[in-house]
Amino acid sequence: MRRVALVPAFNEEANVGRVVDEIRAFDPSLDVVVVDDGSYDRTAEVAHEHGATVVRLPFNLGIGGAVQTGFRFAFEHGYDLAVRIDGDGQHDPSQLDRILAPVVRGEADIAVGSRFAGERDGYRSSRSRRLGIRLLAWVVSRIVGRRVTDTTSGFQALNRRAIELFAHDYPHDYPEVEATIMVSRHRLRSVEVPVSMRERGGGRSSITALRSVYYMVKVLLAIFVGLFRRNVVPKEGTS
Amino acid sequence: MTPLAVSIIGTIASLALVLVVLELIRSRRLRERYALLWLLTGVVLAVLCAWRGGTNTIAGWVGIESYPPAVLFAVGILFILAVLLHYSTVISRLSDQNTLLAQRLALLETELSTTSSTR
Repeated sequence: MRRVALVPAFNEEANVGRVVDEIRAFDPSLDVVVVDDGSYDRTAEVAHEHGATVVRLPFNLGIGGAVQTGFRFAFEHGYDLAVRIDGDGQHDPSQLDRILAPVVRGEADIAVGSRFAGERDGYRSSRSRRLGIRLLAWVVSRIVGRRVTDTTSGFQALNRRAIELFAHDYPHDYPEVEATIMVSRHRLRSVEVPVSMRERGGGRSSITALRSVYYMVKVLLAIFVGLFRRNVVPKEGTS
Repeated sequence: MTPLAVSIIGTIASLALVLVVLELIRSRRLRERYALLWLLTGVVLAVLCAWRGGTNTIAGWVGIESYPPAVLFAVGILFILAVLLHYSTVISRLSDQNTLLAQRLALLETELSTTSSTR
Protein backbone atom coordinates (compact mmCIF):
# COMPACT_ATOMS: atom_id res chain seq x y z
CA MET A 1 0.00 0.00 0.00
CA ARG A 2 1.71 3.17 -1.17
CA ARG A 3 0.86 6.28 0.82
CA VAL A 4 1.58 9.92 0.21
CA ALA A 5 1.11 13.08 2.25
CA LEU A 6 0.21 16.11 0.12
CA VAL A 7 1.13 19.46 1.61
CA PRO A 8 -0.02 22.59 -0.23
CA ALA A 9 2.02 25.63 0.86
CA PHE A 10 2.06 29.27 -0.15
CA ASN A 11 4.69 31.46 1.53
CA GLU A 12 5.00 29.12 4.50
CA GLU A 13 8.78 29.04 5.02
CA ALA A 14 8.19 29.51 8.76
CA ASN A 15 5.94 26.47 9.12
CA VAL A 16 6.49 24.01 6.29
CA GLY A 17 9.71 22.52 7.70
CA ARG A 18 8.07 21.59 10.98
CA VAL A 19 5.02 20.16 9.18
CA VAL A 20 7.23 17.93 7.03
CA ASP A 21 9.24 16.79 10.09
CA GLU A 22 6.08 15.95 12.02
CA ILE A 23 4.62 13.94 9.14
CA ARG A 24 7.85 11.96 8.81
CA ALA A 25 7.91 11.44 12.58
CA PHE A 26 4.34 10.12 12.49
CA ASP A 27 5.06 7.60 9.75
CA PRO A 28 8.47 7.40 8.03
CA SER A 29 6.98 5.25 5.23
CA LEU A 30 4.74 8.13 4.16
CA ASP A 31 6.12 9.96 1.11
CA VAL A 32 5.85 13.69 1.66
CA VAL A 33 5.07 15.91 -1.32
CA VAL A 34 5.00 19.67 -0.81
CA VAL A 35 3.20 21.61 -3.52
CA ASP A 36 4.72 25.08 -3.50
CA ASP A 37 2.00 27.33 -4.91
CA GLY A 38 4.28 29.97 -6.40
CA SER A 39 5.72 31.22 -3.09
CA TYR A 40 7.94 34.30 -3.00
CA ASP A 41 9.80 33.07 0.06
CA ARG A 42 12.00 30.02 0.73
CA THR A 43 9.10 27.54 1.11
CA ALA A 44 10.43 25.18 -1.60
CA GLU A 45 14.02 25.22 -0.30
CA VAL A 46 12.95 24.64 3.30
CA ALA A 47 10.66 21.76 2.29
CA HIS A 48 13.46 20.21 0.22
CA GLU A 49 15.99 20.55 3.08
CA HIS A 50 13.57 18.69 5.34
CA GLY A 51 13.42 15.80 2.90
CA ALA A 52 10.15 16.38 1.06
CA THR A 53 9.60 15.99 -2.66
CA VAL A 54 8.79 19.50 -3.88
CA VAL A 55 6.46 20.24 -6.76
CA ARG A 56 6.98 23.89 -7.55
CA LEU A 57 4.25 25.72 -9.46
CA PRO A 58 5.55 28.53 -11.69
CA PHE A 59 2.94 30.95 -10.35
CA ASN A 60 0.20 31.05 -7.73
CA LEU A 61 -2.79 28.91 -8.72
CA GLY A 62 -4.75 29.29 -5.50
CA ILE A 63 -5.40 26.51 -3.02
CA GLY A 64 -7.68 24.53 -5.37
CA GLY A 65 -5.15 24.38 -8.20
CA ALA A 66 -2.31 23.61 -5.80
CA VAL A 67 -4.15 20.77 -4.09
CA GLN A 68 -5.25 19.30 -7.42
CA THR A 69 -1.60 19.30 -8.52
CA GLY A 70 -0.97 17.07 -5.49
CA PHE A 71 -3.84 14.74 -6.41
CA ARG A 72 -2.55 14.51 -10.00
CA PHE A 73 0.89 13.61 -8.64
CA ALA A 74 -0.63 10.95 -6.38
CA PHE A 75 -2.77 9.55 -9.22
CA GLU A 76 0.01 9.46 -11.82
CA HIS A 77 2.49 7.90 -9.41
CA GLY A 78 0.04 5.17 -8.50
CA TYR A 79 -0.51 5.92 -4.83
CA ASP A 80 -3.28 3.96 -3.11
CA LEU A 81 -3.81 6.39 -0.28
CA ALA A 82 -3.28 10.12 0.13
CA VAL A 83 -3.59 12.45 3.06
CA ARG A 84 -3.80 16.19 2.69
CA ILE A 85 -2.25 18.42 5.33
CA ASP A 86 -2.01 22.18 5.02
CA GLY A 87 1.47 23.67 5.08
CA ASP A 88 0.59 26.38 7.60
CA GLY A 89 0.81 23.98 10.53
CA GLN A 90 -2.83 24.14 11.66
CA HIS A 91 -3.32 20.42 11.03
CA ASP A 92 -1.63 18.20 13.59
CA PRO A 93 0.12 15.24 11.88
CA SER A 94 -0.04 13.24 15.13
CA GLN A 95 -3.81 13.03 14.49
CA LEU A 96 -3.34 11.43 11.07
CA ASP A 97 -4.45 8.11 12.60
CA ARG A 98 -7.95 9.45 13.05
CA ILE A 99 -8.53 10.40 9.43
CA LEU A 100 -6.60 7.42 8.03
CA ALA A 101 -8.48 4.76 9.98
CA PRO A 102 -11.86 4.82 8.15
CA VAL A 103 -10.17 4.86 4.74
CA VAL A 104 -7.69 2.09 5.58
CA ARG A 105 -10.54 -0.06 6.92
CA GLY A 106 -12.39 0.48 3.64
CA GLU A 107 -15.36 2.16 5.32
CA ALA A 108 -14.99 5.42 3.43
CA ASP A 109 -13.47 6.75 0.23
CA ILE A 110 -12.65 10.03 1.89
CA ALA A 111 -12.36 11.00 5.56
CA VAL A 112 -12.38 14.62 6.63
CA GLY A 113 -11.09 15.90 9.96
CA SER A 114 -13.69 18.19 11.49
CA ARG A 115 -13.06 20.81 14.15
CA PHE A 116 -16.72 20.80 15.16
CA ALA A 117 -17.71 17.13 15.06
CA GLY A 118 -16.51 16.17 18.52
CA GLU A 119 -15.85 17.86 21.83
CA ARG A 120 -15.25 21.61 21.83
CA ASP A 121 -11.54 22.14 21.61
CA GLY A 122 -11.37 25.89 21.91
CA TYR A 123 -10.84 26.57 18.21
CA ARG A 124 -11.05 30.35 18.03
CA SER A 125 -12.02 32.32 14.98
CA SER A 126 -13.65 35.65 14.22
CA ARG A 127 -17.43 35.93 14.60
CA SER A 128 -18.15 36.56 10.92
CA ARG A 129 -15.96 33.67 9.93
CA ARG A 130 -17.76 31.32 12.34
CA LEU A 131 -21.09 32.50 10.95
CA GLY A 132 -19.90 31.82 7.40
CA ILE A 133 -18.67 28.37 8.36
CA ARG A 134 -22.03 27.55 9.98
CA LEU A 135 -24.05 28.84 7.01
CA LEU A 136 -22.01 26.76 4.59
CA ALA A 137 -22.27 23.71 6.86
CA TRP A 138 -26.05 24.09 6.91
CA VAL A 139 -26.37 24.49 3.12
CA VAL A 140 -24.04 21.58 2.42
CA SER A 141 -25.76 19.32 4.97
CA ARG A 142 -29.11 19.96 3.30
CA ILE A 143 -27.73 19.09 -0.12
CA VAL A 144 -25.75 15.96 0.74
CA GLY A 145 -28.45 14.70 3.09
CA ARG A 146 -26.28 14.07 6.13
CA ARG A 147 -24.83 16.27 8.83
CA VAL A 148 -21.60 17.96 7.76
CA THR A 149 -20.05 20.13 10.47
CA ASP A 150 -16.83 21.38 8.90
CA THR A 151 -17.02 22.18 5.20
CA THR A 152 -13.76 24.09 5.04
CA SER A 153 -11.42 21.49 6.49
CA GLY A 154 -8.46 20.54 4.32
CA PHE A 155 -7.34 17.77 6.68
CA GLN A 156 -8.38 14.75 4.66
CA ALA A 157 -7.51 11.17 3.81
CA LEU A 158 -8.47 9.71 0.43
CA ASN A 159 -8.33 6.31 -1.25
CA ARG A 160 -7.53 5.66 -4.90
CA ARG A 161 -11.10 6.29 -6.11
CA ALA A 162 -11.26 9.69 -4.44
CA ILE A 163 -7.74 10.59 -5.64
CA GLU A 164 -8.78 9.74 -9.20
CA LEU A 165 -11.94 11.85 -9.01
CA PHE A 166 -10.09 14.89 -7.69
CA ALA A 167 -7.15 14.43 -10.08
CA HIS A 168 -9.60 14.86 -12.95
CA ASP A 169 -12.02 17.38 -11.53
CA TYR A 170 -11.46 19.68 -8.58
CA PRO A 171 -13.06 23.04 -7.80
CA HIS A 172 -11.09 26.28 -8.09
CA ASP A 173 -10.09 28.89 -5.52
CA TYR A 174 -11.35 27.62 -2.13
CA PRO A 175 -12.41 24.11 -3.04
CA GLU A 176 -13.43 22.15 0.07
CA VAL A 177 -17.10 23.15 0.16
CA GLU A 178 -17.82 22.29 -3.46
CA ALA A 179 -15.64 19.18 -3.18
CA THR A 180 -17.81 17.88 -0.33
CA ILE A 181 -20.88 18.12 -2.56
CA MET A 182 -19.01 16.65 -5.55
CA VAL A 183 -18.03 13.62 -3.50
CA SER A 184 -21.63 12.99 -2.51
CA ARG A 185 -22.97 13.46 -6.04
CA HIS A 186 -20.37 11.05 -7.40
CA ARG A 187 -21.58 8.56 -4.77
CA LEU A 188 -18.29 8.26 -2.98
CA ARG A 189 -18.52 7.42 0.71
CA SER A 190 -17.33 10.17 2.96
CA VAL A 191 -17.10 10.47 6.75
CA GLU A 192 -16.19 13.19 9.18
CA VAL A 193 -13.96 12.44 12.12
CA PRO A 194 -13.38 14.80 15.03
CA VAL A 195 -9.93 16.37 15.19
CA SER A 196 -8.55 19.41 16.92
CA MET A 197 -6.69 22.05 14.97
CA ARG A 198 -3.95 24.36 16.10
CA GLU A 199 -3.55 28.07 15.69
CA ARG A 200 -1.38 28.70 12.67
CA GLY A 201 2.32 29.17 13.44
CA GLY A 202 4.31 32.07 11.97
CA GLY A 203 3.30 33.98 8.86
CA ARG A 204 -0.10 35.28 7.76
CA SER A 205 -3.25 33.57 6.60
CA SER A 206 -4.08 34.37 2.98
CA ILE A 207 -7.77 34.96 3.80
CA THR A 208 -8.89 38.53 4.49
CA ALA A 209 -12.35 39.91 5.37
CA LEU A 210 -13.32 41.17 1.90
CA ARG A 211 -12.07 37.99 0.32
CA SER A 212 -14.27 35.91 2.66
CA VAL A 213 -17.37 37.76 1.45
CA TYR A 214 -16.38 37.24 -2.18
CA TYR A 215 -15.62 33.62 -1.36
CA MET A 216 -19.04 33.09 0.23
CA VAL A 217 -20.88 34.58 -2.77
CA LYS A 218 -18.78 32.61 -5.23
CA VAL A 219 -19.16 29.33 -3.37
CA LEU A 220 -22.94 29.72 -2.95
CA LEU A 221 -23.24 30.48 -6.68
CA ALA A 222 -21.12 27.44 -7.52
CA ILE A 223 -23.19 25.22 -5.23
CA PHE A 224 -26.46 26.49 -6.71
CA VAL A 225 -25.39 26.07 -10.32
CA GLY A 226 -23.76 22.72 -9.51
CA LEU A 227 -27.16 21.36 -8.48
CA PHE A 228 -28.24 21.53 -12.12
CA ARG A 229 -25.22 19.63 -13.39
CA ARG A 230 -25.36 15.99 -14.25
CA ASN A 231 -22.58 14.06 -12.63
CA VAL A 232 -20.97 10.92 -13.85
CA VAL A 233 -21.06 8.26 -11.19
CA PRO A 234 -17.83 6.30 -11.46
CA LYS A 235 -18.39 2.59 -11.94
CA GLU A 236 -17.36 0.16 -9.23
CA GLY A 237 -13.87 -1.19 -9.69
CA THR A 238 -12.71 1.28 -12.31
CA SER A 239 -9.65 2.12 -10.30
CA MET B 1 -41.67 58.01 -17.17
CA THR B 2 -40.04 55.09 -19.01
CA PRO B 3 -42.43 53.72 -21.70
CA LEU B 4 -44.02 50.42 -20.57
CA ALA B 5 -42.74 48.54 -23.64
CA VAL B 6 -39.16 49.61 -22.89
CA SER B 7 -39.55 48.39 -19.30
CA ILE B 8 -40.92 45.01 -20.32
CA ILE B 9 -38.40 44.35 -23.09
CA GLY B 10 -35.53 45.59 -20.93
CA THR B 11 -36.52 43.35 -18.02
CA ILE B 12 -36.85 40.29 -20.23
CA ALA B 13 -33.49 40.97 -21.92
CA SER B 14 -31.72 41.45 -18.56
CA LEU B 15 -33.18 38.25 -17.12
CA ALA B 16 -32.22 36.43 -20.32
CA LEU B 17 -28.64 37.61 -19.75
CA VAL B 18 -28.72 36.18 -16.21
CA LEU B 19 -30.07 32.84 -17.47
CA VAL B 20 -27.49 32.62 -20.26
CA VAL B 21 -24.68 33.31 -17.77
CA LEU B 22 -26.02 30.65 -15.36
CA GLU B 23 -26.25 28.13 -18.20
CA LEU B 24 -22.66 28.92 -19.26
CA ILE B 25 -21.49 28.22 -15.71
CA ARG B 26 -23.49 25.02 -15.56
CA SER B 27 -21.99 23.71 -18.79
CA ARG B 28 -18.55 24.71 -17.50
CA ARG B 29 -17.85 27.21 -20.25
CA LEU B 30 -17.67 30.08 -17.77
CA ARG B 31 -16.04 30.08 -14.36
CA GLU B 32 -17.92 31.49 -11.37
CA ARG B 33 -15.09 33.96 -10.82
CA TYR B 34 -15.69 35.63 -14.20
CA ALA B 35 -19.46 35.35 -14.05
CA LEU B 36 -20.13 37.41 -10.92
CA LEU B 37 -19.81 40.79 -12.64
CA TRP B 38 -22.09 39.67 -15.50
CA LEU B 39 -24.71 38.43 -13.05
CA LEU B 40 -24.55 41.71 -11.15
CA THR B 41 -25.01 43.57 -14.46
CA GLY B 42 -28.06 41.50 -15.36
CA VAL B 43 -29.69 41.83 -11.94
CA VAL B 44 -29.14 45.60 -11.64
CA LEU B 45 -30.45 46.25 -15.16
CA ALA B 46 -33.47 44.01 -14.56
CA VAL B 47 -34.30 45.89 -11.38
CA LEU B 48 -33.92 49.29 -13.04
CA CYS B 49 -36.07 48.25 -16.02
CA ALA B 50 -38.84 46.76 -13.91
CA TRP B 51 -38.87 49.40 -11.18
CA ARG B 52 -39.98 52.38 -13.28
CA GLY B 53 -40.47 54.74 -10.35
CA GLY B 54 -36.89 54.13 -9.22
CA THR B 55 -35.47 54.86 -12.66
CA ASN B 56 -37.49 58.10 -12.68
CA THR B 57 -36.10 59.16 -9.31
CA ILE B 58 -32.52 58.43 -10.36
CA ALA B 59 -33.09 60.34 -13.62
CA GLY B 60 -34.25 63.30 -11.51
CA TRP B 61 -31.08 63.13 -9.34
CA VAL B 62 -28.74 63.24 -12.33
CA GLY B 63 -30.85 65.85 -14.17
CA ILE B 64 -32.22 63.82 -17.10
CA GLU B 65 -35.84 64.98 -16.90
CA SER B 66 -36.64 64.74 -20.62
CA TYR B 67 -35.86 61.07 -21.16
CA PRO B 68 -35.59 58.82 -18.04
CA PRO B 69 -34.67 55.60 -19.94
CA ALA B 70 -31.28 57.24 -20.62
CA VAL B 71 -30.46 56.09 -17.07
CA LEU B 72 -30.69 52.50 -18.33
CA PHE B 73 -28.16 53.24 -21.07
CA ALA B 74 -25.84 55.00 -18.64
CA VAL B 75 -25.92 52.16 -16.10
CA GLY B 76 -25.59 49.53 -18.83
CA ILE B 77 -22.56 51.28 -20.31
CA LEU B 78 -21.01 51.70 -16.86
CA PHE B 79 -21.25 47.97 -16.20
CA ILE B 80 -19.91 47.08 -19.63
CA LEU B 81 -16.93 49.35 -18.97
CA ALA B 82 -16.39 47.64 -15.61
CA VAL B 83 -16.52 44.18 -17.19
CA LEU B 84 -14.11 45.23 -19.97
CA LEU B 85 -11.66 46.76 -17.52
CA HIS B 86 -11.82 43.63 -15.40
CA TYR B 87 -11.09 41.52 -18.48
CA SER B 88 -8.15 43.72 -19.38
CA THR B 89 -6.60 42.94 -15.99
CA VAL B 90 -7.37 39.26 -16.47
CA ILE B 91 -5.75 39.22 -19.92
CA SER B 92 -2.70 41.01 -18.54
CA ARG B 93 -2.31 38.41 -15.83
CA LEU B 94 -2.81 35.57 -18.31
CA SER B 95 -0.17 36.94 -20.67
CA ASP B 96 2.32 37.31 -17.79
CA GLN B 97 1.65 33.72 -16.78
CA ASN B 98 1.92 32.60 -20.39
CA THR B 99 5.36 34.21 -20.70
CA LEU B 100 6.47 32.51 -17.50
CA LEU B 101 5.16 29.14 -18.69
CA ALA B 102 6.97 29.43 -22.04
CA GLN B 103 10.20 30.35 -20.26
CA ARG B 104 9.92 27.49 -17.79
CA LEU B 105 9.10 25.02 -20.56
CA ALA B 106 12.06 26.16 -22.68
CA LEU B 107 14.44 25.93 -19.70
CA LEU B 108 13.08 22.48 -18.89
CA GLU B 109 13.56 21.24 -22.47
CA THR B 110 17.13 22.52 -22.51
CA GLU B 111 17.82 20.79 -19.23
CA LEU B 112 16.29 17.54 -20.48
CA SER B 113 18.27 17.56 -23.72
CA THR B 114 21.56 18.31 -21.93
CA THR B 115 21.00 15.50 -19.40
CA SER B 116 20.06 13.00 -22.11
CA SER B 117 23.01 13.95 -24.35
CA THR B 118 25.51 13.51 -21.52
CA ARG B 119 24.32 9.95 -21.01
